[in-house]
Amino acid sequence: MKVNNIEQFEKVAVAARKALENQEKRVFVCCGTGCVAAGSFGIYEELKRLVAEKGLLVDVVLEAEEKGIGIKKSGCQGLCQLGPLVRVEPFDYQYFRVDKQDCVEIIEKTLLQNQPVERLMYQSGSRVCHTPVEIPFYSEQTRLVLGQCGQIDCENIMEYIAKGGYTAAGKALLQMTPEQICDEISKSNLRGRGGGGYPAGRKWSQVLAQNSEVKYVVCNGDEGDPGAFMDGSVMDGNPHSVLEGMIIAGYACKASEGYIYVRAEYPLSVARLQLAVEQAREIGLLGENILGSGFSFDIKINKGAGAFVCGESSALTQSIEGERGMPRVKPPRTVEQGLWGKPTMLNNVETFANVPHIILKGAQWYRSIGPENSPGTKAFAITGNVNNTGLIEVPMGTLLKEVIFDIGGGINDGKKFKAVQIGGPSGGCLTETHMELPLDFDSLKKVGAMIGSGGLVVMDEDTCMVEVARFFMNFTQKESCGKCVPCREGTKRMLEILEGIVAGKGSLEDLDMLEELADTISSTALCGLGKTAPSPVISTLKYFRDEYLAHVVQKKCPTRNCKSLSSFVINEALCKGCSKCAKACPATAITGKVKEAFVINNRKCIKCGACVEACPFSAVEEV
Amino acid sequence: MKGSMLIDGQRVDFNGEKHILEVIRKAGIDLPTFCYHSELSIYGACRMCMVEDKWGGIMASCSTVPKDGMEIYTNTQKLKKHRKMILELILANHDRDCTVCEKTGRCILQELAIRFGIKKVRFDKDEKELPVDNSSVSIVRNPNKCILCGDCVRMCNEVQGVGALDFAYRGAKMQVTTAFNRPISNVNCVNCGQCRTVCPTGALVIKRDIDNAWEVLNDKNKFVIAQIAPAVRVAIGEEFGLEPGSVTMGKIVAALRRMGFNQVYDTSMAADLTVMEESREFAGCLQKGERLPLFTSCCPAWFKYAEQKFPELMEQVSTCLSPQQMFGAVIKEHFKTDREAEGRETVVISIMPCTAKKYEAARPENRNSGTRDVDMVITTQELAMMIKENGIMFNELEEEAVDMPFGLSSGAGVLFGASGGVAEAVLRHLCSDKTIGSLKNLAFAGTRGMEGVKEAEIELDGRKVTIAVVHGLKNAEALVKMIKAGEKQYDFVEVMACPGGCIGGAGQPVPQSAHIKKQRTKGIYNADSGSTIKRSEENPTIIALYEGILKDKHELLHRHELNKES
Repeated sequence: MKVNNIEQFEKVAVAARKALENQEKRVFVCCGTGCVAAGSFGIYEELKRLVAEKGLLVDVVLEAEEKGIGIKKSGCQGLCQLGPLVRVEPFDYQYFRVDKQDCVEIIEKTLLQNQPVERLMYQSGSRVCHTPVEIPFYSEQTRLVLGQCGQIDCENIMEYIAKGGYTAAGKALLQMTPEQICDEISKSNLRGRGGGGYPAGRKWSQVLAQNSEVKYVVCNGDEGDPGAFMDGSVMDGNPHSVLEGMIIAGYACKASEGYIYVRAEYPLSVARLQLAVEQAREIGLLGENILGSGFSFDIKINKGAGAFVCGESSALTQSIEGERGMPRVKPPRTVEQGLWGKPTMLNNVETFANVPHIILKGAQWYRSIGPENSPGTKAFAITGNVNNTGLIEVPMGTLLKEVIFDIGGGINDGKKFKAVQIGGPSGGCLTETHMELPLDFDSLKKVGAMIGSGGLVVMDEDTCMVEVARFFMNFTQKESCGKCVPCREGTKRMLEILEGIVAGKGSLEDLDMLEELADTISSTALCGLGKTAPSPVISTLKYFRDEYLAHVVQKKCPTRNCKSLSSFVINEALCKGCSKCAKACPATAITGKVKEAFVINNRKCIKCGACVEACPFSAVEEV
Repeated sequence: MKGSMLIDGQRVDFNGEKHILEVIRKAGIDLPTFCYHSELSIYGACRMCMVEDKWGGIMASCSTVPKDGMEIYTNTQKLKKHRKMILELILANHDRDCTVCEKTGRCILQELAIRFGIKKVRFDKDEKELPVDNSSVSIVRNPNKCILCGDCVRMCNEVQGVGALDFAYRGAKMQVTTAFNRPISNVNCVNCGQCRTVCPTGALVIKRDIDNAWEVLNDKNKFVIAQIAPAVRVAIGEEFGLEPGSVTMGKIVAALRRMGFNQVYDTSMAADLTVMEESREFAGCLQKGERLPLFTSCCPAWFKYAEQKFPELMEQVSTCLSPQQMFGAVIKEHFKTDREAEGRETVVISIMPCTAKKYEAARPENRNSGTRDVDMVITTQELAMMIKENGIMFNELEEEAVDMPFGLSSGAGVLFGASGGVAEAVLRHLCSDKTIGSLKNLAFAGTRGMEGVKEAEIELDGRKVTIAVVHGLKNAEALVKMIKAGEKQYDFVEVMACPGGCIGGAGQPVPQSAHIKKQRTKGIYNADSGSTIKRSEENPTIIALYEGILKDKHELLHRHELNKES
């Protein structure tokens, strides 16, 4: 079934919509990475088996007249913390922590009797939330890029088409010129979602202006920040939205080939993109003369070689070429000489996924969302010590406190908020004082952080900020490509110093050296990864200097995370001399006479804390 | 682009410079770099060439395009601080055994550490030592001294097209290494040694044969004969403060005698033999219309490269041994009976501009006499070290002539030292017009000069003969591919692995800038002009040899396996 022109495409779309309508009830099993890990494939198979047994199963590709039920794998439904998630339409019932055993009940109650299974639903106080709109996590969001993610079958192009997919591509290819598209994107002020926030329209126009027979569109899906999974979720939840954005981009800059560079650690994304590309080719939305427009475009999926630095544009294109992924000096810029030395339009997944919306609804509509200089929405992956971890999308400019407390549900276990690391290892940390800060490119830059690709790691009062800095420095050092001296050698030395500080071997001079190194690295490193590598150290030194001082001067870790800096003592007043601690100690560091207070030999103590747990009288104290 | 910019307040014009580093150096400021070499691509890794603009922005000058009206500062306090930190970081990770390092005194890291007054390294030295790769007969690779500037990697890939070296591992664990970390003798390295000519530190150095040389020179039971390659005489003077291109053959001979060599010869004599043999072979090929184009075989790096990359082409590579090996074979043959009677062993040590000659001499097939025809190869730089070690005041030496009976050589033989020289020497021999005018015509036929690929067309006995001269193996690869694709047709192709030919060999003093190579080439042509014998066939030594020991021993001068086949 290949469509050769827009009329044929519309016929297909009508048929797809009708088929979808025939599915009176649709069950979406979240098959995002988190839920898959929690067993959602098993739930999907179980539901499918049970529904088929009852003869109710209907596929969207079947142009079946009979009505029935659709069982689908969807992309990420958002609230990963409570996975596996299952959503049932048309009621919009949202189930959490679903187990294979729950499937019978879902079928019996919801699919056959239209009743909710309340025990699987979100509880807000005493209230049971039946649908996402009742849950603050969802109600506070504006889901545009993630709009269909979790609401369509991510492995079926027909569902994407039925929900209006590829109409933007049709409009662009048949009713607009490349110049008009670049113009529209420029007017929308869409800024690159990969971290830098470079205006996409400007980039597109620059590539269009290049005089070259061959040009490329490259989609950067090498999302590598620890704790970030926005792009991955878009790629495996709504892969066609990325393809559609790329097709429009290809037409707009006169390229006929596109590459998606996906992290190899995202096997789901790779598989679903691959499937999506095959389906799009089959129907004629990729290939020669798309929709009779005369424009030809195809997309290749390229698995990344597993390096964080390959998210940098020139390293990424080198990696596609089969070379070692190392950033090169610019100029020439990627728009002039990118992949295979040809002009290349390189954007990230989320940027491309925004494009169909802008083409369909116009630049003006897009600019109505979010602030003037950073319009649109931004997806964030919110993780750490927060109640609702998961995938969210909010208008740019949403305040930090709204994200952490309204959507994220605040800090878990009743702890106090301490900091949030934004922008991954290249970003910085924000504190209590930044609660009123709007999350957009420019506001974050002003306080020394960056939006990055959108990872938010929330930390509570028990987090040691020196250890956080060490963790990120360890990451950047391991992921440095090793090319330029400041990044390769400088981050190594910073890491050494931080390791020394958390091990209790730090000095005041170390803090000066950290700042000196950070200055040289951020001023002289070759690429963005290197230049921003010291950011976590700079920002923690700025906002949590006291904590550093406690480590190096008093040799104490205020949060007691750094084990080398803590010691255990037995409170004589509380100790009953039961000897349980001594028996639990694996290092025979505790001695004493029964019924008299025991003593810990700190030379022998390995700080494992076994005695603390063993003591029934809470007599062992960490100091 | 044309324009002018302000560099440290001084107005400097630029015209076509690709980046501001060139403009800055033109302005007389020696901005420090590790990874910049004009013949290699811009890499931008050392970050030493950072400059500041008037707004305080910092950029690498090697990768910033000059713009009219730019205002650049090269030595602000901020920049100095960063440069010192970068140096300190490199030094912290460096094997700092400078006093016993092969590169001491000519190490760029050492030089810059002195220049910037680095007196203390505030970081701990890494304890982990990586193994030194001593496997090659030509070069030694010590990763503990490597500063990862990538110069060797780019030289090997971009200029030589070999790709024996590349980066492996990430972050602080990054290394320059061979495929699968194999010993360099066990990969596709062709021993050209060009990597070591750009290495700023002692991470890549020439394999030292000096101590072995002293040993034989001090052994009464050894009769030690030296042969000196043409390119050595125009470069060794640089080690003693002379201008590049100064011809110091007579001083080298004198120095070698003082060091204890029993006899000293000029490899140019053997080059004359090569000309005779190769011309005969070429004339035969032309006549039969076979094995065309015929490729030269005197460069051992090219020879190995061709063996590895184009094995199907080996049939078309001349069967002639290189001058070094011809001389070795002839000397060993000539002195066999005399020395046997004396009970002394003849040892041939050649003085070469080349690291690959060490490899060539060690190849198992080069043993006509039962032992190695050339026992040892000393590079120009090693010879200079030996002269210094013995306290010989090189510049003060009275010039001396080489020994007999192999003491005569032609100017054509000397030409072998420069790219295009083999082709020109062969043409001199083959050209039936033996006038001075013909010599001049040949000099201007197109084989001379520094371009990577040169072409010439000569009329030989009424037949047009097309010749290509190529240096740099990447250029050679491109040319061979074009020949194979039928895009280019030649009768004779001269290949030299090193840019500039043997004068640019990796055994020569470093640095080797384009200017220095040009001067050395000039020296070669000056030496030719000064010679009384111009053509190889006019060399009386050659005539005597063909009537003497070579009369029925031609096979001494050729590669065996192919001889057997033909």
